Amino acid sequence: MVRLEADLPPETLAERVTVDAKAHGELLTPHVLDALREAGLSLADVEAIACGVGPGPFTGLRAGMVTAGALGHALDVPVYPVCSLDAIAAELSGPALVITDARRKEVYWAAYDAGGARVSGPSVSRPADLDTSGVTRAAGYGARLYADVLGLEVAGPEHPSPAGLVAAVAAELLAGATPGPLTPLYLRRPDAVEPGARKRVTPQ
Amino acid sequence: MSKIVMGIESSCDETGVGIVALADDGTMELLADEVASSVELHARFGGVVPEVASRAHLEAMVPTMRRALSDSGITLSDVDAIAVTCGPGLAGALLVGVSAAKAYAAALDVPLYGVNHLPGHVAADTLEHGPLPSSCLALLVSGGHTQLLRVDDLATKITELGFTIDDAAGEAYDKVARVLGLPYPGGPPIDRAAQVGSDSIAFPRGLTGPRDAKYDFSFSGLKTAVARWVEAREANGEPVPVDDVCASFQEAVADVLTAKAVRAATDLGIGTLVVSGGVAANSRLKALARQRCDEAGITLRVPRPRLCTDNGAMIAALGAHVVAAGVQPSTLDLSADPALPVSVVSV
Repeated sequence: MVRLEADLPPETLAERVTVDAKAHGELLTPHVLDALREAGLSLADVEAIACGVGPGPFTGLRAGMVTAGALGHALDVPVYPVCSLDAIAAELSGPALVITDARRKEVYWAAYDAGGARVSGPSVSRPADLDTSGVTRAAGYGARLYADVLGLEVAGPEHPSPAGLVAAVAAELLAGATPGPLTPLYLRRPDAVEPGARKRVTPQ
Repeated sequence: MSKIVMGIESSCDETGVGIVALADDGTMELLADEVASSVELHARFGGVVPEVASRAHLEAMVPTMRRALSDSGITLSDVDAIAVTCGPGLAGALLVGVSAAKAYAAALDVPLYGVNHLPGHVAADTLEHGPLPSSCLALLVSGGHTQLLRVDDLATKITELGFTIDDAAGEAYDKVARVLGLPYPGGPPIDRAAQVGSDSIAFPRGLTGPRDAKYDFSFSGLKTAVARWVEAREANGEPVPVDDVCASFQEAVADVLTAKAVRAATDLGIGTLVVSGGVAANSRLKALARQRCDEAGITLRVPRPRLCTDNGAMIAALGAHVVAAGVQPSTLDLSADPALPVSVVSV
C-alpha cells in the first residue's frame, strides 16, 4: 500500500513481500489484505493499482496480473501496467542496467539513462552478450547472479518493490491518465513444437 | 431470497464463468454461462499446450467475467459466493482462475469455495435435469479424464469406482484422428465419419478380461491396435477405409464405457447413470448408453453438449450444491492442486 502525492516520493504505508515465484498464487491476495490491515485501510480505499507486467517467470506473473485485473474490475479502479524492470530502475539514479534472472542461463534486462528513462529493452539475452558500454552499475537479482560475467558494480534493489512500481507510473497516476492495456511482457514464445510425421507403431 | 453463486473454470483450455441463482428450496437457475476457448490455438500442436492455455486464460479471464455479468443482468455486488475449480487440471491454467477468484472474493467480501472440476461435470446435469436421486453413478469422459464415480451426495460424498489406467477416452480419439489424418480435436470428425462407416473391424476392448479391474479403463492398447491395422493396410498398398475404422474404433470405446458403467450400476443396485464430459457429446456413446440403460432399467441422464464440455456453469452449479450443504468456505490462501483427488469435492 503506497500513498502517492504530487511532488513527493511515494510513501510505503505497509508492504508484504515474499520472494518465491511459486507462492504468488497462494499468497498474493492474503498479502494484499494483510498490508491493507496494517495500513489501517480497506480495499474500498484503494484508488488505483500499479501492476508489474514482467518480464519475469510466467506463472507468478500471471497470478499477479490476473489478481490485479480482477481487483481493478471488482473495485472499479484503474490498473496501470508497469514493466517490472522499470520498477527497479525507479529506485536508482544515474545510468544503469537493470538485470533480472530469466533462468536457462539468460537474463531479462533494460538500460536506463541518467534521468531514469528506459533507453533499451526490455529484452532477454545471455549475460555475456549484454552491451555494457556507457554504464558502470547494474541493479536487479540478475546483476548479482552474473556479477562475474558482467564486471559491473552491483547497486540498488534486487526485486521490484511496491513503491518502485508506483514510482514508475507516478506521472500517469497523478494525471489520472487512461492506463495502457494490461499485457504481459513474456519476451519468449511458448515452448511448443508442432508434431512431425507420426511415429509408426509397426516395426519396419 | 435466492443466493447468487458465481463459478470460474480454467483447468484446461476453456476459460469459463457461470452464474447460478440458488433458491431457498434448493432449485437452481442458470443466469449466465460464458466460455472463451483456446482450442484453435492448440490445433496445430495436436493437443493442449499448457503454456498456450495459461496465456489464453490470463487474456480471457476478466473479459469473460464481464460478458457473464452482462448476460445475467446482475452486477458484481449481487454475488453471494464464488466457486472456482482448484483441481484437477493443468497447474498454470488452474492458477489463473484460482487467483482471479480469490481477488473477486476479497474485493466483494464474499465466501470463496475451491471445488473439484470432476464433480462439476455431474453438477452440470442438475442444471438441466434437476436434483439427483440419493445415489447415482457418473461416467465422466473427456480429453483429460475417464472415470466412473459413485455419487451419494454431490457436495460431500463421491467415491471413485474406476478410472483409466492410461489414456483418457478423448485422448484416444485425438490420437486415432491423427493416425487417420483427421483434424484435432478428434471427437467430432471421427463421430461424423463413423456415421457412414460400418463397425466391421474387431478392435480390442481394454480391461474386459475376467481378471481385469472391472471398473477401470484402458484405451492405449486400442489406439495402438488401430494404428497397426491402418499401417498394415498401407504396407500392403491397400486403401484405408477411414469411415469403417472410425465406426469400429468408436464402437469399441462406446462398448467398453457403457458396459462397465451399466455393470457397476447393476452390481451396486443404483438406478441412475449420469454421463458427462466432452466425450458425452458423442452420438454412439449416447445411443449405446441409452440402449443398455433401457435394457437394465436404469435412468440415463446426459446434459446437453454445451453443459458436457468444460464451462463455468458447472462450477457455479457445484458451488451452489456446496453452499446449500452448508460446507465451510475455503481460505484465501487456497492453492491450485493439479492432482486433486475426485473424492475431495471442495477444499
